Amino acid sequence: MNSVELSINGRTHRLQLDPRTTLLDALREHVHLTGTKKGCDHGQCGACTVMVNDRRINSCLTLAVMHDGDSITTIEGLGRPGQLHPMQAAFVKHDGFQCGYCTPGQICSAVGTLQEIKAGIPSHVSVDITAIQKATPDEIRERMSGNICRCGAYSNILDAIEEVAGVKA
Amino acid sequence: MKAFTYEKAQSTADAAAALARNPGAKLIAGGTNLLDLMKLQIETPTHLIDINRLQLDQIEDTADGGLRIGALVRNTDLAAHPRVRQDYGVLSRALLSGASGQLRNKATTAGNLLQRTRCPYFYDTTLPCNKRNPGTGCSAIGGIDRNLAIMATSEHCIATHPSDMAVGMRVLDATVETVRADGAKRTIPIADFHRAPGNTPHIDNALAQGEIITAVTLPAPVGGKHLYRKVRDRASYAFALISVAAIVQPDGRGRFAYGGVAPKPWRVEAAERQTDAKAIAEATLAGARTSEHNAFKPLLVQRTLASVLQEAKG
Repeated sequence: MNSVELSINGRTHRLQLDPRTTLLDALREHVHLTGTKKGCDHGQCGACTVMVNDRRINSCLTLAVMHDGDSITTIEGLGRPGQLHPMQAAFVKHDGFQCGYCTPGQICSAVGTLQEIKAGIPSHVSVDITAIQKATPDEIRERMSGNICRCGAYSNILDAIEEVAGVKA
Repeated sequence: MKAFTYEKAQSTADAAAALARNPGAKLIAGGTNLLDLMKLQIETPTHLIDINRLQLDQIEDTADGGLRIGALVRNTDLAAHPRVRQDYGVLSRALLSGASGQLRNKATTAGNLLQRTRCPYFYDTTLPCNKRNPGTGCSAIGGIDRNLAIMATSEHCIATHPSDMAVGMRVLDATVETVRADGAKRTIPIADFHRAPGNTPHIDNALAQGEIITAVTLPAPVGGKHLYRKVRDRASYAFALISVAAIVQPDGRGRFAYGGVAPKPWRVEAAERQTDAKAIAEATLAGARTSEHNAFKPLLVQRTLASVLQEAKG
């Protein structure tokens, strides 16, 4: 067993873990934060997306022991009932889900997407990679391609993200 | 996942020594490919050496006007670096065409070079595969090989190397810097880093046991238009059927490297003396060994190259 200290949604957790434990399993099975979902468990679906040190990653493809001292934000840490994060509120308003299983990952990924655009990180669809990037529908679609929604709520997910980005009322 | 022990390396020398000491050990950085393969028991290291805390995450200008990219620079950070965007656009474009935002935030420069093939038969542990289990045979030959290689294959393996980044680095003439436990350093041209399968397809590259990548260096910028065109079954988040990395000068002369056609980024410098897409593609893919499912690749390369050359004029 290995010892690891994780700051999760602002609270420090000291855990004793088998080194095989992924960050995803540590969150769900050890800290009992079950908002983060296990979909494919192979980095293909994005359901497990969380923020680590303010960057979105797939929590299924990283070991918890590799994150000693890191700061992790899950869907539970973005907002709470009555105090929703703007992205959570926009997903509700635009009906950006059907079954809801991919939603925590979609929302964390969407928050990361807008941060990355704001930070000037280009994407595959950016016409000029040296220019300031904008949150256009094409940019959002491309940057969200690591999150799969089997219900096919994509158009409403896009509406929600566009609203938070301020490109659509 | 098979059980393993875990340690955090404090220095590159530390990591190299631990790697040399443990034949069953592997380094882990981003982990996005290694952990995927460990879950499937395709990779079964007995010991993991976490190198994430090593100071190999810098991008620095070199004395000759080039760029030195630390092994642990994340794919997102490399693609977004101002000098890469300005002077080495083909590399930025290649990186951004690969994987997803989440994966690029985690994946590293060295890890990207070291990722394993996505050949479906390498992943299917119920079937023979010479790359996964040497000597068992190749299930891909005569199988569904739509995504697989047509150049530099052997009767033992037809896997492609899946990296887009490496194709961008090949057209830029990058070199890979390494160090060993005894402190010996060497530089390996990217052209010689990945290897053709021959009769040892389980060996992907030129690294020796215990040798660690510390950086990738790019020579001074060569100017020109930088393009990376990737053709795939989906618009995003899919591996290449074929890809073309191009740097085209105002006189129309260019250099071209290709993904999705070989076990390494494919480039034939002699073909770059030709001027039209058909002649370049024919010289680049001379001796191609195609099959029923991937017979489209040579023509797709030619047409994609023609489109790239057209775009470069605009």
